[in-house]
Amino acid sequence: MSLVSEGANLAVPARAELSAAAAEPSMASVGDYLALMKPRVMSLVIFTALVGLMVAPGHVHPVIGFTALLCIAVGAGAAAALNMWYDADIDAVMTRTARRPIPAGRIQPGEALGFGMTLAVGAVVTLGLLVNWVAAGLLAFTIFFYIVIYTMWLKRMTPQNIVIGGAAGAFPPMIGWAAATGGIGIESILLFLIIFVWTPPHFWALSLYRAGDYAKAGVPMLPVVAGPAETRRQILLYTLVLAPLGATPWLFGYAGAIYAATSLAAGAVMLGLAWRVRTGHGTAGEPAARRLFAFSLLYLALLFAALLTDRFVGAAT
Amino acid sequence: MDDRSPDDGIVLTEEQKRRRRARSIALAVALGALAILFYVVTLVKGPGVLNRPL
Repeated sequence: MSLVSEGANLAVPARAELSAAAAEPSMASVGDYLALMKPRVMSLVIFTALVGLMVAPGHVHPVIGFTALLCIAVGAGAAAALNMWYDADIDAVMTRTARRPIPAGRIQPGEALGFGMTLAVGAVVTLGLLVNWVAAGLLAFTIFFYIVIYTMWLKRMTPQNIVIGGAAGAFPPMIGWAAATGGIGIESILLFLIIFVWTPPHFWALSLYRAGDYAKAGVPMLPVVAGPAETRRQILLYTLVLAPLGATPWLFGYAGAIYAATSLAAGAVMLGLAWRVRTGHGTAGEPAARRLFAFSLLYLALLFAALLTDRFVGAAT
Repeated sequence: MDDRSPDDGIVLTEEQKRRRRARSIALAVALGALAILFYVVTLVKGPGVLNRPL
């Protein structure tokens, strides 16, 4: 851990340097502000929240449903903007993130902070006023968790950062469910758990082939602190939990045959790819990690799409 | 009108003015959309809009 901290001191530019351009008039375009909201991450958040909303019991008026999804999307965008504001120093030294609006100098840190805070408060208040306060409370907690617990505290402190921080990404289907029902059901908790356990193998697969970047930035990701072999072992362990967990909505009777077939087949593929990562070494291990990372995105999308399909098929028959 | 000296303070370039205008328009559209959203939800909820148990 001390090595990581020293690395951070050497490589990461001071926050004062990043805000040196604060006196300059803004050159930010509308596109830069949209980029600040991480639209690709937002799309997965919207999709999982949509599934939470649609599979919940009862009927939601389409306008209320749309409003809930809009607020969840804006809340996710706000969290992303605040994350980029706080992490601008480490983003600047990582190849993957160096072109983001703040390190690239297109948006000043203060602008991103104001933008993120305005959107966060606006999304939570709007969700509370127009949908319900349980969903709004969950959205507020999710933003708080992602920014304060994950970004400010855990990310630079422990290799368990994305394990615990993964909870922030797991909340959207629960918020969607709460928007529809005004409460929290067991089914929404299962959806939360699936994303929560999915996050470590997903992120660690990425960090296996981006370890140099994280080390340069002083972020104690598992491959940096514990090494690639331990990371591969933990990827397999989490996937061993994830594969059966993915089938629990069916096992508990909340989903039908389409979901059962999809979750079992996709779980088996995830396990196979995780095993390849576990047994791959050196340069041969990188393609395996890339394949697992790519499939993990598809895995989550498939599971949630199957849940949605099952609900529609069940409703039609 | 363009006879200001550097002592007059910050003078925006044409590109900065163009981007500021684009940001202003985007902000106006977002605020307009928000007003429409509140209006439509009020219509959808009807009298129940005042019934918001905590």
